Amino acid sequence: MELKSNVPPGPIEQKWTRHKFDMKLVNPANKRKYTVIVVGSGLAGASAAATMAELGYQVQCYCYQDTPRRAHSIAAQGGINAAKNYQNDGDSVFRLFYDTVKGGDFRSREGNVHRLAEVSVNIIDQCVAQGVPFAREYGGMLSNRSFGGAQVSRTFYARGQTGQQLLLGAYQALERQIGLGAVKMFTRHEMQELILVDGRARGIVTRDMITGKIESHIADAVVLATGGYGTVFYLATYAKGCNGTAIWRAYKKGAAFGNPCYTQIHPTCIPVTGEHQSKLTLMSESLRNDGRIWVPKKKGDARSPGQIPEDERDYYLERKYPSFGNLAPRDISSRAAKAVCDDGRGVGSTGLGVYLDFADAIQRLGEATIRERYGNLFDMYERITGENPYKVPMRIYPAAHYTMGGLWVDYNLMSTIPGLFVLGEANFSDHGANRLGASALMQGLADGYFILPYTIGNYFASNKFEKLAGAHAAFKSGETSTAARVQKVLSINGQRTVDSFHRELGSIMWEFCGMGRNEKGLQTALQKIPALREEFWKNVRVLGEGEEINQSLEKAGRVADFLELGELMCLDALERRESCGGHFREEFQTEDGEALRDDEKFCHVAAWEFAGDAKKPVRHVEPLAFENVHLQTRSYK
Amino acid sequence: MNLTLHIWRQKNRHAEGRFVTYEARGISPDMSFLEMLDVVNEGLILKGEEPIAFDHDCREGICGQCGVVVNGSPHGPRPATTTCQLHMRSFKDGDVLTLEPWRANAFPVIKDLIVDRGAFDRIIATGGFITAPTGNAPDGNAILVPKPAADRSMDAAACIGCGACVAACPNGSAMLFVAAKIAHLGYLPQGQPERDRRALAMVARMDEEGFGACTNHGECEAACPKEIPIEFIARMNRDYLKAALFSPAERSGPSDGA
Amino acid sequence: MVGNLTVFKGAVAINAYGAALRKFPAVLWGVRFGLLLSVGLHIWAYLALSVKSWSARPKGYRVTSYKEASLASRTMRWTGPILAAFIIFHLLHLTTGTVHPDFKEGDVYHNLVAGLSVMPVAVFYLVAMACLALHVFHGIWSLFQSLGFSQPRFDSFARRLATLFTIIVVGGFVLIPLAVLAGILKLQ
Repeated sequence: MELKSNVPPGPIEQKWTRHKFDMKLVNPANKRKYTVIVVGSGLAGASAAATMAELGYQVQCYCYQDTPRRAHSIAAQGGINAAKNYQNDGDSVFRLFYDTVKGGDFRSREGNVHRLAEVSVNIIDQCVAQGVPFAREYGGMLSNRSFGGAQVSRTFYARGQTGQQLLLGAYQALERQIGLGAVKMFTRHEMQELILVDGRARGIVTRDMITGKIESHIADAVVLATGGYGTVFYLATYAKGCNGTAIWRAYKKGAAFGNPCYTQIHPTCIPVTGEHQSKLTLMSESLRNDGRIWVPKKKGDARSPGQIPEDERDYYLERKYPSFGNLAPRDISSRAAKAVCDDGRGVGSTGLGVYLDFADAIQRLGEATIRERYGNLFDMYERITGENPYKVPMRIYPAAHYTMGGLWVDYNLMSTIPGLFVLGEANFSDHGANRLGASALMQGLADGYFILPYTIGNYFASNKFEKLAGAHAAFKSGETSTAARVQKVLSINGQRTVDSFHRELGSIMWEFCGMGRNEKGLQTALQKIPALREEFWKNVRVLGEGEEINQSLEKAGRVADFLELGELMCLDALERRESCGGHFREEFQTEDGEALRDDEKFCHVAAWEFAGDAKKPVRHVEPLAFENVHLQTRSYK
Repeated sequence: MNLTLHIWRQKNRHAEGRFVTYEARGISPDMSFLEMLDVVNEGLILKGEEPIAFDHDCREGICGQCGVVVNGSPHGPRPATTTCQLHMRSFKDGDVLTLEPWRANAFPVIKDLIVDRGAFDRIIATGGFITAPTGNAPDGNAILVPKPAADRSMDAAACIGCGACVAACPNGSAMLFVAAKIAHLGYLPQGQPERDRRALAMVARMDEEGFGACTNHGECEAACPKEIPIEFIARMNRDYLKAALFSPAERSGPSDGA
Repeated sequence: MVGNLTVFKGAVAINAYGAALRKFPAVLWGVRFGLLLSVGLHIWAYLALSVKSWSARPKGYRVTSYKEASLASRTMRWTGPILAAFIIFHLLHLTTGTVHPDFKEGDVYHNLVAGLSVMPVAVFYLVAMACLALHVFHGIWSLFQSLGFSQPRFDSFARRLATLFTIIVVGGFVLIPLAVLAGILKLQ
């Protein structure tokens, strides 16, 4: 397998402009002859589907939810970055580029990141025009805040619901195209297979989640915008339905999987309360702007937080990272929380939690100001925990939140399968080993509104497409294998529920491939996961039928894929013998516990190629060159 | 704690439904309502009974996919809370709960507690947008939006499209949902060019979908997990009247396909 | 209502008011026709709205719980027909005299006091006025909402106006049967 990044030559700031000119165009009258399938309707999928329909392509869009507006992009709270420099604080496209490359711990592709920073400004304009109610200053201008450790204010936001508002903008643009007949929307449909004809992606097989009908859909290109695979951890900030099935089935058809071990653990989530826990809820990172994080200095200190005097508290982020303090980047804050809890100083009944304390901020700014800034978040916290965070400090703990890894794509967002494009969190491209806050929304929309609609045209104009019929052998065999899989799951009738398998997989992943990883642990996980997978296929119990709504069946399909994907993550984590960003190998750390990169051996993307069910996948390497941002040790001290 | 649940079971869209009684045992007050249902379902599966189907996704109160009527209240007894964020500490040991799906002609039940809310999408598709094709936008600060207008717009835009307003309305009306979208876009300068057409088209579509009429009970506002107020309905009525009286040409709907 | 209250000034005054109403039959019939048309449209709208609401929820809930809906809003559907029945009775009772035990054409005072002295009639009158109070209160507040006058700052105003209007009008109407029952208004 050859990994050609196809990053255009030339100075970094001219690459995208030049590439846009160099790409071939599809004649406007010919665009309606091309059909594009978009799987996923989040920020990336909805924006891509709407934009391509506006251009004149025939678009089909698929989502597993009951409406495209529910995609999990909706849950992003904090904001979206853009290099507008509206605040006159020295921001620029280059600075956003620089921050993102550095934040990603020098494991992303410079060309992609620079383009992301360039189009970030267009995204804001586009969203404003669509009616996204961004926060405003009294003069009517857009308001910004500093977010996630950035030293400039470049984050645009709509209260604590920025993801929701951006998604509604894209959803409304998509619905408009649906109303005009330019997009055909398939809700409650789940992609089961990617279909290749002559080595190119030409369609998908789906299962209608209401009727159970298994159908083929033919197209000239397939776009996956199906989000990340963090629910492999079972407990995560993802929606319950988020899954890795689409990208996993594509991987098994030959799409390389880039950096599967890069996962982001978000530092500020509400801690687990017990076995019954089904998901973890994120508290926006913006809380760290005013909240102070601490634990007791004494191990096993069971006093209530109010009774612990100031000099017996360890404000560990302020202590370890004086210049960034409570705003240290996500990977660093998460690891620091884990370290104090491992040290026996965690708080709450489980000992897995740290305090996020607003007492100082309330004293300094008044409760009214805090309420105005974070009222909805405080209310949410109170609803979930039954505690009033105006009176007692919040308790938080890290949780799986985002996957920087994903299907490998080139500069055109095309995977190693021609005609298969991958957008948003589902691809691996822009965040390296760690994603900065407020950059996920930016990437999803950049890919969907401003990048794919250009690059897909180049693909169409550069290739010839023969007309396919639904009866084509490739589609028939895709339908047959999907039906067989459904039948197999339903026929096992074992002793354990799907959730019990998922929970067990999640705890293996969290323990051995979570915030801290080591050789021995990963080896253990690589033993445990195949064993669990084997048990799953013998002992899972899924009741009901395939020809109706069957939520256990849906879950079983996803968990079966996670049982394979989890193994690949561990394998990648094992092979990457360095620490970088969200990937922290305990063997590779500095004396004071910071991540130790190995740029000699690992300054590259690892892209895994499927080699067959019982075979070890093949690890390919795309070297990374840093010509504009020089390799340096990331320090936030 | 232990609870008794009377839950609506219905095999599919065409089947007859009925209530079935289940016991939920050993429920922790820290569980969310949906986690309680998860526990019941795990027990059912192990007993060989089909689990109860209910819609849910984000489980953090923002996606709008979940929704169960608990003892007559959509999303349960707690104000401003979706079913997924309702926690069992809102109930007491020994409580008897009746769980029903959203009931409306425009929201047919497709299984157990799951309904089809496609009508909402179709209403949005007729006019719940600002026509702004990608790439045409002026600079974000070229359009000044007074802060109060942006704030008001955001209040309305907070709607999660869960349909609790329809479920709560004694008339099965969708006025609050439609009004929220009309207000979200109508408070902004960007939304003005299509304001009349939007009101006429969305209201017409809402009627076609078979929703009931508003008789100002206010139940929708009380049930709304995002506390969207009914004054937006008055605003929609105003927009609609104005458009119907002064812009009759807009009745014909979108004039071109682009 | 103001005209009706002239009963408190005595038989002469209200009889004069009655005669004045009949002085120009064309005007009287014009007004009567207009009122009849309004009632007709009102009933048509009521039926259309009810049919729409019922078809919007063909299957109801087993358990219902109201949070915000008031007694007034929830009983609109029942106070309406009761008021329709009352209007018909009222016309047969005091306009045509058909169901009046001792109807004297032109003697409004006598007809009124004699008619309301019959206990069941007075009770029906009072019940109907209670319905009217609920109906008018919700009706007026709804008027603001449905015609789009309601605004946050205006909302309490609409409610207050609805309350005030209800108290004045219904209060005025209720005074008469109460006065008859209390013996303040007597047959002369």
